[in-house]
Amino acid sequence: MADRSPAPDTPELRERWGGFEFSEAWAAKADAAIARYPQGRQRSAVMALLDFAQRQVGEETNTQGWLPLPVIEYVADYLDMPVIRVLEVATFYFMYNLRPVGRFHVQVCGTTPCMLRGSDDLFAACKKRGMVKGHVSDDGLWTLTEVECMGNCATAPMVQINDDNYEDLTPERLDAILDALAAGQQPKTGTQEPGRHTSEPVGGPTTLKEMVTANHDYRGEW
Amino acid sequence: MLADKDRIFTNLYGYQSWSLEAARKRGDWDETKALLARGQDAIIEEIKTSGLRGRGGAGFPTGLKWSFMPKESRDGRPSFLVINADESEPGSCKDREIIRHDPHKLIEGALVAGFAMRARAAYVYIRGEYIREAETFQKALDEAYDAGLIGKNASGSGYDFDVFLHRGAGAYICGEETAMIESLEGKKGQPRLKPPFPAGAGLYGCPTTVNNVESIAVAPTILRRGAGWFASFGRENNKGTKLFQISGHVEKPCVVEEAMSIPFRELIEKHCGGIRGGWDNLLAVIPGGSSVPLVPAKDVIDMPLDFDGCKDAGSGLGTAGIIVMDKSTDIVRAISRLSYFYKHESCGQCTPCREGTGWMWRVMQRLRTGDAHIDEIDMLQQVTKQVEGHTICALGDAAAWPIQGLIRHFRPELERRIAQNDAMREAAE
Repeated sequence: MADRSPAPDTPELRERWGGFEFSEAWAAKADAAIARYPQGRQRSAVMALLDFAQRQVGEETNTQGWLPLPVIEYVADYLDMPVIRVLEVATFYFMYNLRPVGRFHVQVCGTTPCMLRGSDDLFAACKKRGMVKGHVSDDGLWTLTEVECMGNCATAPMVQINDDNYEDLTPERLDAILDALAAGQQPKTGTQEPGRHTSEPVGGPTTLKEMVTANHDYRGEW
Repeated sequence: MLADKDRIFTNLYGYQSWSLEAARKRGDWDETKALLARGQDAIIEEIKTSGLRGRGGAGFPTGLKWSFMPKESRDGRPSFLVINADESEPGSCKDREIIRHDPHKLIEGALVAGFAMRARAAYVYIRGEYIREAETFQKALDEAYDAGLIGKNASGSGYDFDVFLHRGAGAYICGEETAMIESLEGKKGQPRLKPPFPAGAGLYGCPTTVNNVESIAVAPTILRRGAGWFASFGRENNKGTKLFQISGHVEKPCVVEEAMSIPFRELIEKHCGGIRGGWDNLLAVIPGGSSVPLVPAKDVIDMPLDFDGCKDAGSGLGTAGIIVMDKSTDIVRAISRLSYFYKHESCGQCTPCREGTGWMWRVMQRLRTGDAHIDEIDMLQQVTKQVEGHTICALGDAAAWPIQGLIRHFRPELERRIAQNDAMREAAE
């Protein structure tokens, strides 16, 4: 169990975030999320709303975003929930950042399947660039986090940076991706193995070869 | 080898579009109305006969699970289907491929299964980290609504059925069915005591069935091709086809659909290009995602990959997330990393798990370097037994089993490290 607590409640924090409100676009998404649940069950949408709030904070700060206490209170108010129930959710789930993060949240998977395929080298590559786990780099660009299995085991090792996955990594490939991001470019997402499409064996699929070139309908062979 | 025509997930690798139009050309949403017209009981009976067992790890017969749902609501409570797409088990990466490459199989399956169990709606709980996958799935849902396939009078069947997407936010424990229900209600994902079972009182206190993505997504194809077709693959009690996910030290890790009961060697040779460094270089395999005990090389090579085959080898099929380790692996570190995972993911509700996972991880860390007393191996074994079976959910068991497997098969290695460390210390003195 991880020990997570919100950022300290200071006058500066209140000053900066006390007036937080969903923008029109995020409010529309929030209301659509609430509508997915039965009447009176709006608190089911708390996870979605915290995500939206974090993303809006991200837009305002040009980072991945995080959840200052006043923002958590705003979400509680929006859903008519006690603040403590929302705070519980925000501290329980790891994708809610409780402290400010950098422009890019570099989440390196370190669980066994990735470890077996070389995630140690990815951590070393990040360290070499000056990243320290749990800290924002001085230029505000990077936050490094070791995350648990991200479900990309057949294309390990992998890194998730903000909303995108980069798979089949080597330190060189990761470096190239980080360089591109730092330069404001969007590198190719998904597998970085040349010629590999997704999770098929490297060198081409051993099954369903017709599907590579055409949307084959196998029903005729049933 | 399974023939391509018998594979259910034909767009597994996403070479073709996931869109409704493309999915229809591959055979999805084909006369779904006629499938539903067979009636609830007939659908459940067909799934029962097919021998489909839950693909999320526990292997409970799917048709039987559906039949536990109430046939009519005496008190006006609706029923719900919850689809478990919170795929977070280390080694598992199959549901992701279904969601992003064949989402319409899942949506159609949700309708068929939801109709069969008389559910009002389905909630698909997708893990928060599957961000792009959730975007794709939402677009596929919108397509299905626009085409009238789900929603009011779904597929022209006269049955109203909604499918909603719910994103998680990074908690492995939400893959446990009652924790998932708690999370759907907007709370911390801490498992509930059973009974009451979800089929009696689940989401919002209403009858609920929680099924894995793969179990739901294969249902329409089983109905189309018949229970006999599905049951023609695999050994008795282990029927059907299955998505295998091979990671670790094979030449070509991949996800592939194969017949159940395929021997380990055949799977690796046919699809993964063999073990890195050859078969003599194989050390051990975790056959079902991190929660099951490892199987040493000599026992795994000819092991049939199915529920019973893995059980006979002292392990489990789990999600069929196969983690292969060759002789270069620091096996103690590999398992100790899993101990860290369980420590990280324990929800903190039950003391044996909250305290035990941290304790076990700390001992494992010392065993890695041999900085331990020889008696501590037995002590660790004992503690795993005190955690196992003494918690509300199976996370405690899942944390205990990998360590038990390590001690069972690699005790000499643990002892060697301790002896080596002792010798080094003596030499230093």
